[in-house]
Amino acid sequence: MADQPLTGGGTGVFAADGWQAALARRSEAVLIPLGALLAGFLVFSLFLLILGKSPAEFFALVYKAGFGTWFSWQNTLSRTAPLLFAALCVALPARLGLVVIGGEGAIVLGGVMAGGLAGAITGLPGPLAIPLLALTGGLAGAAWIGAVGALRHYRGVNETIASLLMAYIAIALMNHLVEGPLRDPASLNKPSTAPLADHLRIGDMPGMDVHWGLAVGIVCCLLSWVLIERTTWGFAARVAGGNVRAAQVQGLPVGRLIVGFTALGGAFAGLAGAFEVAAVHGSANGSLATGYGYTGILIAFLARHNPLALIPVAILLAGFEASSGLVQRRMGLPDATTLVLQGFVFIAILLSDTLYGRLRIFAPERWGRG
Amino acid sequence: MTVKSTNPQGALGVETVGMTMRFGGFTALDHVSVGVAPGSFHALLGENGAGKSTLVKCMMGFYHASEGQLMVGGHEVEVPDPRAAHALGLGMVYQHFTLVPSLTAAENLVISRGDTPQVIDWRAESENLRAFMAKMPFSVPLDQPVRALAAGEKQKLEILKQLYLGRKFLILDEPTSVLTLEEADEVLGHVRSLCEAGQISVLMITHKFREVTAYADEVSVLRRGKLVGAGKVADLSHADMAAMMMGDQAPAAPADRAGQSGAPVLSVSGARALDRSGLKDVTIDALNVREREIVGIAGISGNGQMEFMEILTGQRPVKAGSIVVNGTSYHATREEARINCVRYLPEEPLHNACAPKMSVTENIAFRSFDMNGSGTRFWLSNSEMRCRAAELVEAFKVKTASLDSQMASLSGGNVQRAVLARELTGEVDLLIISNPCFGLDFSAVAEIRARIMDARNKGAAVLLMSEDLDEILELADRVLVMSEGRIAYECRADEADVATIGHHMGGHA
Ligand SMILES: Nc1ncnc2c1ncn2[C@@H]1O[C@H](COP(=O)(O)OP(=O)(O)OP(=O)(O)O)[C@@H](O)[C@H]1O
Ligand SMILES: [Mg+2]
Repeated sequence: MADQPLTGGGTGVFAADGWQAALARRSEAVLIPLGALLAGFLVFSLFLLILGKSPAEFFALVYKAGFGTWFSWQNTLSRTAPLLFAALCVALPARLGLVVIGGEGAIVLGGVMAGGLAGAITGLPGPLAIPLLALTGGLAGAAWIGAVGALRHYRGVNETIASLLMAYIAIALMNHLVEGPLRDPASLNKPSTAPLADHLRIGDMPGMDVHWGLAVGIVCCLLSWVLIERTTWGFAARVAGGNVRAAQVQGLPVGRLIVGFTALGGAFAGLAGAFEVAAVHGSANGSLATGYGYTGILIAFLARHNPLALIPVAILLAGFEASSGLVQRRMGLPDATTLVLQGFVFIAILLSDTLYGRLRIFAPERWGRG
Repeated sequence: MTVKSTNPQGALGVETVGMTMRFGGFTALDHVSVGVAPGSFHALLGENGAGKSTLVKCMMGFYHASEGQLMVGGHEVEVPDPRAAHALGLGMVYQHFTLVPSLTAAENLVISRGDTPQVIDWRAESENLRAFMAKMPFSVPLDQPVRALAAGEKQKLEILKQLYLGRKFLILDEPTSVLTLEEADEVLGHVRSLCEAGQISVLMITHKFREVTAYADEVSVLRRGKLVGAGKVADLSHADMAAMMMGDQAPAAPADRAGQSGAPVLSVSGARALDRSGLKDVTIDALNVREREIVGIAGISGNGQMEFMEILTGQRPVKAGSIVVNGTSYHATREEARINCVRYLPEEPLHNACAPKMSVTENIAFRSFDMNGSGTRFWLSNSEMRCRAAELVEAFKVKTASLDSQMASLSGGNVQRAVLARELTGEVDLLIISNPCFGLDFSAVAEIRARIMDARNKGAAVLLMSEDLDEILELADRVLVMSEGRIAYECRADEADVATIGHHMGGHA
């Protein structure tokens, strides 16, 4: 059966869909999030107008600081890496129908574990030690978010609440570690772990000012896409996400899938923390908790949990984050403005979720004349 | 056909004129004209996938017809959405309940009204409801949570809700499929009397000729999206209706039972698990299903059949006891099911055995996507999945617009066929089935029963749970009765006595 050619699909039993119908169904997944994004921007513009600021100036500044020059592109791209990882931590469990919003906890924990380990393995050569740091970060994140999945499956604890609360615990744990056992006595006004030895630091990719995290993040997105769309594990996860009862009747290992996918998502978030420490900050400290985990939620929802779509969406949102300094200086808007924007977009995205299957232009069965 | 517009009591006349509905290149309705006179009870018959649900969805504004008009009360109307249909006095009752289980009947009625105020004056509302109920020919207890009502009561409440909302034309889409025979007769009797009183007109989709003859005035028959017959019920026999539904294709002949039963395949002993209320146990003391044997479990729904199915599929943890398949202990893992060739066909397949938003191709692949010949595979093969789906869709005559359509877009009967195609293909040693013929037209029923008998004759052990006693008596070698979470009675099918079985089903043993 394997190499039998595909016969026009079981002749005569059904007619093929027109290409317009197929196109309409596909564009729904792209155009609705895009519309929600624009709606969010629109509401945000009104907000700016109320504050007496010019929306046009705001978006022009964002363009200039995020995407205007090669320099601003590099700034944007350096911020993209942690966002990609954080968004994967939301998107992978989402394919199983889980809403995990505590990726921030895994980032922080991955970072502090990598930072702590770095002090102990300064003797190892870089090519050996750096993967070890990444692995440690990944494992810490995997254990943290995997625990959320396990609680969900074996104890029926709501994964959304559990992951959020565990993020607070993780941040408290990090503060405890960097202010206590792991604190470098030399870090005076900002408690940190000891700075990483130079040979343990992750550098930039050739020809640009962007660290390797971006490349690794993009590769992780591609691999995640392959996992979900092209492997039997991914198929099993989609079945469980589509109807868990059907998956159980088919004997699919729903528990293992849930723990596996949440742990994998957590591993990516933990990796983000390790990159932040080894490539950006040079040590683990409070700067790990800057909200990448939360922006990742927005990105995953905008991308409809499709790992390939995460890439452009993460770059876009990274551009907004990159521009917040300039916006702050030029327009006198506080740092939190970007958060307000993200909030509006997020609400628009959640609202747009009710539109799927309702808009006539995407539903060929309702095209008619009426 | 011209239809009088309304009658003095308010029942509406409704007529579709040349209604056509295309899904992409697929024509689900082809110039269908059906007229329902005010105060009449009109039945809509047709095989699975004939377009019955599509027609009423066009009338209710869920779909927009590609061509054709809707006439309500003699005037052409536009129904852009269900709200517009409601405003015209059109209402619909579905196969499945739409009531909120945790609210009382009264609360369900009040919140269903579009104009419920922010603050509800419950005293005034219950006065109104009581006055409303007094005018109705039948009633339901108003102050109990809907969850506590029996299926028949719930369906009556659904109909009362439509009357409460002032609907003058009711569409009933297979309203009796979740009811027992007595409940169905009671509900339809009340609907009939409302029609006779001229309060409403009714268009009812059904697969049961008995209901058509007993309650309807007129009937229209669809086949493959076309209106192929219509007339007064009084002039038509069941054979006439069947002939209109099927055209010249002959329904599958009932398969003969062949071969003797052999060694036990499934043995359950002392299996005990909590039931869905979490308060009582479901206990199966001893049950064997042998090779080349169909064991039928009869019983009124809600007596532990669903829980027993879940025990066997591994969805419900057992507290004690053992389940043995082919001589080894069985826990319903995918591997065990594959090695022992165990297949399941749960009831309501769209809800229990499919992912509604995944495609037909993907749903058909659920059992085999990780198989490569006799081994397993890691990489998905989309082309193989498509080939297999195309083959099975053809072999089991699943009607679908395309292989990429969402499973949820298939008609009820075709979902059943697709799942059956998935589960009955290949070698089957043990087949566990629950209510396989719910909502199927008579020819599909004949075909599916023939396939089950065929699986038995080829050597499968079949455990069949069904609320339809006729089905059990037709198929089973041995009949068991389940009542209050236990097997209450057992007999050979050829010695079965309907009265005794009924007695045990009612729990009066
Ligand atoms: N939204 C849709 N998209 C594509 N095809 C559809 C859609 N809805 C229905 N169809 C197709 O139209 C045909 C008619 O379906 P419909 O649900 O009206 O059948 P039915 O007569 O109600 O059958 P049943 O007795 O099984 O409920 C089916 O072949 C179905 O696959
Ligand atoms: Mg239908």
